[in-house]
Amino acid sequence: MRFVDEFRSGDVARQIAERIAGLVEPGRHYKVMEVCGGHTHAIYKHGVEDLLPPEIELVHGPGCPVCVIPMGRQDDAIAIAERPEVIFTTFGDMVRVPASHGSLLDAKARGADVRMVYSPLDALKIARENPDRQVVFFAIGFETTTPSTALTLLRARAEGIRNFSLFANHVTIIPAIRAILDSPDLRLDGFIGPGHVSTVIGLRPYRFIARDYDKPVAVSGFEPLDVLQGVYMVMRQLASGRNEVENQYTRVVREEGNPRALRAIAETMELRTSFEWRGLGFISQSALKLRDEFADWDAEVRYELPGVRVADPKACQCGEVLKGVIKPWECKVFGTACTPDRPIGTCMVSSEGACAAYYNYGRFARRRGREAEIAGLEPVVREPASA
Amino acid sequence: MEPRQPAPAVAPSQRSEGEVLDAIERRRRRPHVKLMDKQITLAHGAGGKSSHTLTQTVFLKELRNPLLEPLGDSALLQPNGGGGPRLAFSTDSFVVKPLFFPGGDIGELAVNGTINDLAMAGGRPLALSAAFILEEGLATDDLSRIAASMGAAAERAGVPVATGDTKVVERGKADGLYISTAGVASVNRGFELSPAAIRAGDRVLVSGTIGDHGMAIMIARGELELEVDLESDTAPLHELVAALLDATGEVRCLRDPTRGGVATVLNELALTTEVGIVLDEAALPVRPEVSGACEILGIDPLYVANEGKLVAVVAPHASDAALAALRSHPLGREAAVVAEVRPDPPGMVLLDTAFGGSRVVDMLAGDPLPRIC
Ligand code: SF4
Repeated sequence: MRFVDEFRSGDVARQIAERIAGLVEPGRHYKVMEVCGGHTHAIYKHGVEDLLPPEIELVHGPGCPVCVIPMGRQDDAIAIAERPEVIFTTFGDMVRVPASHGSLLDAKARGADVRMVYSPLDALKIARENPDRQVVFFAIGFETTTPSTALTLLRARAEGIRNFSLFANHVTIIPAIRAILDSPDLRLDGFIGPGHVSTVIGLRPYRFIARDYDKPVAVSGFEPLDVLQGVYMVMRQLASGRNEVENQYTRVVREEGNPRALRAIAETMELRTSFEWRGLGFISQSALKLRDEFADWDAEVRYELPGVRVADPKACQCGEVLKGVIKPWECKVFGTACTPDRPIGTCMVSSEGACAAYYNYGRFARRRGREAEIAGLEPVVREPASA
Repeated sequence: MEPRQPAPAVAPSQRSEGEVLDAIERRRRRPHVKLMDKQITLAHGAGGKSSHTLTQTVFLKELRNPLLEPLGDSALLQPNGGGGPRLAFSTDSFVVKPLFFPGGDIGELAVNGTINDLAMAGGRPLALSAAFILEEGLATDDLSRIAASMGAAAERAGVPVATGDTKVVERGKADGLYISTAGVASVNRGFELSPAAIRAGDRVLVSGTIGDHGMAIMIARGELELEVDLESDTAPLHELVAALLDATGEVRCLRDPTRGGVATVLNELALTTEVGIVLDEAALPVRPEVSGACEILGIDPLYVANEGKLVAVVAPHASDAALAALRSHPLGREAAVVAEVRPDPPGMVLLDTAFGGSRVVDMLAGDPLPRIC
């Protein structure tokens, strides 16, 4: 399992960083959005920003699956989890997301049977092992996780497992990118496209970004070198005035994506007319629900849900953060009322959320960079300016 | 030409980035006074921020006394009002699931765990106690196996289990069994091991690969479907400690990076002594199996529990001697110097990444990791 090391080499990183610096037009400021939360996480965890020239700003995008689930859906999830017959299974991150009355972890402490799993197949296994209970899986995520949900559903039907259902919250990345491009708040120079999503959907869906909005895209992998290389590819396009969809992640992403996964999704799910995204509001055709043939496995059909749209807490500016309009630290409650141990918004919960990544990893390095920039010095470890 | 940028829909905070970060640091270093949570969640047992807050706001608040206050791995008692050797006194409970795992079981863990807490005070463990909470329905064969492995561990360490207690609870009220051990050790070295002795320039050593125990348990739980050969590192460390302390008198302080891992221990040290600690990612000894599994699970090995490793802070010029002493002992073969103590930024742990960047290493925020010890 040593494979990761070759994508983290400090020497190679320095070489790419030099090439990036060489492409910077003096006096120009660049804003490049990394769409995916996995990138945001890698950027902070490995200190990628430390290697970029100050002219290049990475803007964190909406591709964090935990972050975009609105409060109302989380309330619905907790309502299902609190039914006595239900074993509610979920990815670990979701248990700490605050809803109207506490999180799933609080519901668990009150007695709900909430179990953390690593894949929907684990949830199906729990259903097999507990035939007298109802097992519900909290399905979230972009096209990255949708195929495994779809395959689990097909497996459940093939095996005739009836005590299993899905609370489907799968969202699609393209409408969110379009919403951001149409938003008047933000001027972006280019995009680092999501790697894992693209293994499923391929490269074609991004073409409108280059064609209709004149922005370069580099679909990139999740190792820090991938991200750095992605920035380089975007910068190279900008320097030569090109707007194309380039593929940095050729070792995994194919032009046409993964037809088998796409078929499984199409067989089991269809687009909702509209779906609420936290902070971004309702976006049409941006999420998936189970097809009618799978109603027996659909938790939304099976259980009475509150289904109430709940406004985000007043103080919460997750929407602005998800759109990249403000930096995490610009949110009024960042680091004071909202911290990773007591989050108000979703971006502070998931390790892929921009607020959590910045809070957990970025606090000091960012300051150091800023101070060096202001002083025109090489970055050095220094005491905070005001103690 | 720069297109004009419209104002964002919500006015952002008026503070500058530096001010925001300063405010966070001040807040982070302020002692917790009130527990905000209405009920206990698994996060309170994970060893990170929530555990820390619980200890501060409930236990330290209600039980405060000079022996408890340092919140070290064990308390130091001075019997007979002075002179003579002091006693280190410590306790630990074990709720690990599964009871048996590659490299050990709950019994061996319970013996080694308390020995290690005592060893971190530089003590020679004298005796242990063991209290058992058994669940109705537990197989007596399993109990015998666990007791036998406790006996073997105690014998190997040369520390007897001198007293004990047994309770049985109804089915469903305990996961097979829980064990609680306590122990005393005599401490008669001429110098005191204490975080207060830490100075800028000191080096931080770990005695071997990190994260082995926690990852072995997570894999043994069988929920991950990962096929990885990995054993718990559970081992008694008092002899390794003795070898280290014999080699150099300039060990500042020792810690046992169990639950919460090396990152949590270093954060506690940085916070209590107002120093900065800067880790070198490339120097951290991590088994490839552990880093691979961590990568897949999105966990950082710095936060994963160890049961047979120590963290030592030593004076700069003693670091070579300390490293050599650790490496010459079978339990310290893969010891390494992993961090340096700096005056800035006070109270923070940073990491220079192998990639060439740097980042903060904070205390773990409420991750409900499975029961690992
Ligand atoms: S600091 Fe908290 S409330 Fe503000 S944007 Fe981030 S997660 Fe949302």
